[in-house]
Amino acid sequence: MDAILLQILNGLDKGGAYALIALGLTLTFGTLGVVNFAHGALFMLGAFCVVGVQQLLTLAERVRDPSITFFEAYIEQPYLVSWFGDTGAMIIDWVIPISLLLAIPIMLLVGIVMERGLIRFFYKRPHAEQILVTFGLAIVLAEIIKGWFGANPIPVQPPEIVRGSADIAAWFGLDANLSYPWWRLIYLAASLLIIASVFAFLNLTTYGMVVRAGMADRETVQLLGINIQRRFTIVFGLAAVVAGLAGALYTGIQPPNYNIGMEFLVLSFVVVVVGGMGSLPGAVAAGFLLGMLQSFASLNEVKSLLPGIDQVIIYLVAVVVLLTRPRGLMGRKGVMEA
Amino acid sequence: MTKLIRPSRRRFLHGTALAGAALATPTFFTRGAWAQDFCNNPTGSTVTLGFNVPQTGPYAEEGKDELRAFELAVQHLNGEGDGGMMATFKPSNLTGNGVLGKKVEFVTGDTQTKSDAARASARRMIEKDKVIMVSGGSSSGVAVAVQSLCQEMGVVFMAGLTHSNDTTGKDKRRYGFRHFFNAYQSGVALGSVLAEAYGKDRRAYHLTADYTWGWTQEESIKNATEAQGWETAQAVRTPLGAGDFSQYLTPVLNSGADVLILNHYGGDMVNSLTQAVQFGMRDKQVNGKQFEIVVPLYSELMAEGAGENVKGIFGTSNWSWQLDNDGSKAFAKSFGQAYGRPPSQAAHTCYVQTLLYANAVETAGTFAPPEVIKALEGFEFDGMGNGPTLYRAEDHQCFKDVLVVKGNDNPTSQFDLLSVYKVVGRDEVTYDPSIFGGELGPYDGGTCAG
Repeated sequence: MDAILLQILNGLDKGGAYALIALGLTLTFGTLGVVNFAHGALFMLGAFCVVGVQQLLTLAERVRDPSITFFEAYIEQPYLVSWFGDTGAMIIDWVIPISLLLAIPIMLLVGIVMERGLIRFFYKRPHAEQILVTFGLAIVLAEIIKGWFGANPIPVQPPEIVRGSADIAAWFGLDANLSYPWWRLIYLAASLLIIASVFAFLNLTTYGMVVRAGMADRETVQLLGINIQRRFTIVFGLAAVVAGLAGALYTGIQPPNYNIGMEFLVLSFVVVVVGGMGSLPGAVAAGFLLGMLQSFASLNEVKSLLPGIDQVIIYLVAVVVLLTRPRGLMGRKGVMEA
Repeated sequence: MTKLIRPSRRRFLHGTALAGAALATPTFFTRGAWAQDFCNNPTGSTVTLGFNVPQTGPYAEEGKDELRAFELAVQHLNGEGDGGMMATFKPSNLTGNGVLGKKVEFVTGDTQTKSDAARASARRMIEKDKVIMVSGGSSSGVAVAVQSLCQEMGVVFMAGLTHSNDTTGKDKRRYGFRHFFNAYQSGVALGSVLAEAYGKDRRAYHLTADYTWGWTQEESIKNATEAQGWETAQAVRTPLGAGDFSQYLTPVLNSGADVLILNHYGGDMVNSLTQAVQFGMRDKQVNGKQFEIVVPLYSELMAEGAGENVKGIFGTSNWSWQLDNDGSKAFAKSFGQAYGRPPSQAAHTCYVQTLLYANAVETAGTFAPPEVIKALEGFEFDGMGNGPTLYRAEDHQCFKDVLVVKGNDNPTSQFDLLSVYKVVGRDEVTYDPSIFGGELGPYDGGTCAG
C-alpha cells in the first residue's frame, strides 16, 4: 500500500512538470495556431534564469586555502558572504525562490520579443514551416546557452530547510512508511497553483474571455473592433512565463544543462497530442496521466512482466490513443485538420 | 508540394563516379601509410598523440580533468615544467627530450560519451591527424568500442578511465591497455569492508547504469557482497543520463532493502545520489538498522558535484591525491601548481598511461606497435602513485593496490572530500585472467583503415 501511495505521489510530481510544459504549448497553439518547437527552449531558459542569478549571487573573490600546502590552492568565497556573513549565505541559499520572481518578467519579455520578432511572420505559413523555424530557434538558443554556461549540468540546490524529505504519513497520523522530498512536493503544489491561475485568468477575467472568444473565432472578434493580435502576444508571453517557471522550479530536482529543453520537448508534444491539440484541460489531464503511467511502469513488478516498459510506456500510450481517438482525449473538432 | 529533381543518366553516372573517388580517397592515403611499415609512422621531427575524451555528456567533468592531465604529461615528456612523476617512475627510459628525440604534440577529440561518436573521433584523429597512439575516455562502452577500432587500424590504445570487467576481459584487444582498476577488483576490495562496517545480515538494492560497465559492476559487487552473507533484494537498470531518477528511487523505500548500491558514475551519480538523499534515505531505519548508501566507484569530481551528500559513504578508487608516496606527491604538486586544484583519479590514470606509452616506445626503440606492445606486456614498474604495479601480459590489465575510500565527515578544504579508508593489497585483487574469457588477437594486421 505504501508503495502504491509513493508511486502515486511520484506520478503526480512528474505529471506536474509535464502538465505545466504542455499547458504552455497548448496555449500558444490554441491562440496563435503556431506549433512552437522552441517551447522546450523556453523551459531551459527558465532554468538558466536560476543559474544566472546563482552565478551573480556567488560572484566570488579568491581566498588562499591554508589547508593545502604543496601548491597554491584557492577557495572561492562569494562577495555576499564576505560582506554580509550569514545573511549573505542565506540569500545564496534562497536562490531558486529569488530567481522565480525575476524569471517572471524576464520570461514575459523573452516571450513577447520572440512572438513580435519571429513567430508573427509565420502565422499564415504552413505548420511545417512553423515547426522548422521554431526548431531552428530552439537549437540556436540551446547553443547560445551552451556557449555561455558550458555543456555540463550546473548544480543548484533548493533552500536548506526544504532539502530533506517530509514525513507525510505522520501528517495524517498513519502508521506507514511514507516520506517524500519537500522540494518535489513544492513543485507539485506550485504547478497546481500555476495551472489554476492560468485557468482563472482565462475563465474569470474579461481579458481572458476575449482571448477565449478569439481562440474560438478570431475574425468575429476582430470585426467587433478588438485588437485580438495584441492580446495573443500577451498570451504568448504568458505561455513563456509558464514554461520558464516550470524550468526554474525544476532546477531543484535536476541540475540543468543546455539540452534539458530538448529532453522535455518531445515528451511535451506527446502530452499535447494525447490530451488533444488545442485543449487546455486535455493537456493538463494528459500530463498527470502520463506522469502517473511512467511512475507505475517503473515498478519492479511491472518491469519483471514487461522488461523495458518504463522507457516506452508514454509512446505506447500515444500510439494507442491516436489509433482509437485520433483527436486525443479531449481534442476539439477541426483543430489541425484543415 | 515539392518537385523531385530528376538527374539525367549522364549526370547521375558522373556524380556516382565522383562520389566513388571521394569514398576511395582515404584508402589511397592508407596505401601510402602501409608502405611505412605501420600506421602513422612519424617521419618528421614531431610525433602526435590523440586524446579522445568526453567534453560533453554525463562524464564531461572527468573529460575536462583528463585533458588537463594529458597536457601536463606532454609538457613533462618534452622536458617542460617540473617533470612530475618522471622523477619517481622506475624503471624508466624517459629522457625529457620528447619521445625517441621527437617533440610530442597532441590533438583532442570529443567522445560525447557515445560509442559511435568516440569511434568517429578516434578515426578522424588516426586518418587525418596521423596520431601514433589514442588515449582517454571515461566510459567503458566507449573504451571497448575505440579499443576494437584501434586493433583494426593498428594503433595502440591506452584506455583512460574504464572500469568494466569487459575492457580487459571478454572484449580485450592486443592493441588495448588499461591502467585503471576494474569492477571485479572493486567488489573484492569493498566486500569485506562493507561486511565489517554494516554487518553480514543486509539486503542490498542495486540501481545500475544500463551498459557494459554498470552490468559488470553490479555483478561483481553482488558476488562480493553475497559472499559476505548479504542478500540482493533487487537489481534495477536505469538508462544512462536519466536525469530524474525518482521513479527508480521510490520503489527502494518499501522494498525491505537496507542498503542502496548506486552503480552510477559522473553526472548520473550526482543526480541519483542527490535525489536519494532528498528522499530521506540517509535518515531511514529499515529492519532495525540504519539505511546505508554505497557508491562502488567513487570519483572526486563526482563528490564535488554531490557536495554534502557524500559524507560517510563508502566506495573504491584507483588512486587519491592524498596518498603518501613520492609519485603521488610529485604528481599532485605538479598538477596543483598548473591548474589550482588537485588531480582526480581520471587525470591520474591518463597521465600515467601517457608516460607508460612513451616509456615503452623508448624501451622498444621504435614506434612500431608490435614492439611497443611487447615492451608494455609484463612490464613491472613503481613510482606512479600505486606502489609496485604489473601490466599483465595475458589481459593487458594493471595489477596494483586498490583503495577503499569514504566520504569525509569533516572536510578541511573543498578538495578534501574523500579519505582513504583502507588500502587493499595487490595480491588480494589479483585474479585468474581466464575467468573473463576473451582473446587478445594478433600483434600484426592493422590496416590503418579499419
